[in-house]
Amino acid sequence: MRVLIVGGGKLVYFLSRALISKKHKVTVIDRNWEGGNRLAKQLKINIVFGDGSDPEVLEDAGAFYSDVLLALTSFDQDNFTICQMADAYFQVPRILALVNDPDNEKVFKNLGIADAISTTHILTGLIERKAIFEDIVHLTPVGDGKFNLTEVVLKKNSKVVNITLEDMKLPADCLVAGLIRRDKPIIPRGKTRLRPGDRIILVSLPTNHDEALKMLTVEY
Amino acid sequence: MPIKKQRLGVIAGCGRLGSYLASKLSALGYSIMVVDIDEKAFRNLSVEFSGFHIIGDVTEFKVLERTKLGEADFFIATTGEDNVNIMSAQVAKRMFTVRQVIARVSDPKRDEAYSELGLLTVCPTAISADVFLEKLALEKNRSPLKGWL
Repeated sequence: MRVLIVGGGKLVYFLSRALISKKHKVTVIDRNWEGGNRLAKQLKINIVFGDGSDPEVLEDAGAFYSDVLLALTSFDQDNFTICQMADAYFQVPRILALVNDPDNEKVFKNLGIADAISTTHILTGLIERKAIFEDIVHLTPVGDGKFNLTEVVLKKNSKVVNITLEDMKLPADCLVAGLIRRDKPIIPRGKTRLRPGDRIILVSLPTNHDEALKMLTVEY
Repeated sequence: MPIKKQRLGVIAGCGRLGSYLASKLSALGYSIMVVDIDEKAFRNLSVEFSGFHIIGDVTEFKVLERTKLGEADFFIATTGEDNVNIMSAQVAKRMFTVRQVIARVSDPKRDEAYSELGLLTVCPTAISADVFLEKLALEKNRSPLKGWL
């Protein structure tokens, strides 16, 4: 595949390196002369020096023959014009843009650039998920990963505290198989009420695993 | 007498061009909102200016929301960066459905490319070049000034 990348810095270096190792042909447009020079010495790729939102520079870099264009500069407005040019004038089949302002994901999509990725968005998502799942002590896939076995500690302010298992309405194909309350193992029944500090042994399928965990860990 | 509703306009960029436009339109009775990323830029506004200003980056959606762009009758993007003008103008037109949108695009190549795509643009470079050429042609026929300049 012929990949055209607009941008510079570490991200572009490591990405290009990964792409060449997978036998893709990489061309980079960098407007930083020194950065581009360094890149040219480190990797066997074509480097074009210039402003990637300039149609002539895009043409020089072979935009007409590229299969993929990645707009990875650190300015949303530049990535936007690069993508628009690549689409309107060079008909690059697949175009991908990086956006900084998470709101611009929606803006790009509205203005015809379908694949806009916000690093801010991805990172906040990861951090949130990490924060939710920090109460999970153990996660073991069993039966070749067809089942998940998870141990969760219920927090004081968890939404399911003081609710019986039958009222809790766990998603289908999930089971609270065991409880450890004050070091005492309990095999719960439908009428068993969950208490703060309970260690829950959850059996779930990978499909509804996340949903079930969310239910147990969501706080008031 | 019915009160005429004041036309509301948003101007991006408060440099020489933006501040001049804002001051003129404000003096003509328009309600003007100017946006610039640099607070110091608002010093360029003349005493006639009676509108509002907002500090922020117009490529940020939240900043454009704060300018009440949804109620605006027109949007003019005059910042020094072509790509900022091109992007914010399209956001104003398509997402805030502003009726009249004009973007300043200084690079004549880019200006041409975007006019073809249907964006209403003004290219100061091309305009001033044309004026220069006009004056140059005029100068040839104007003999009294010969020897003076």
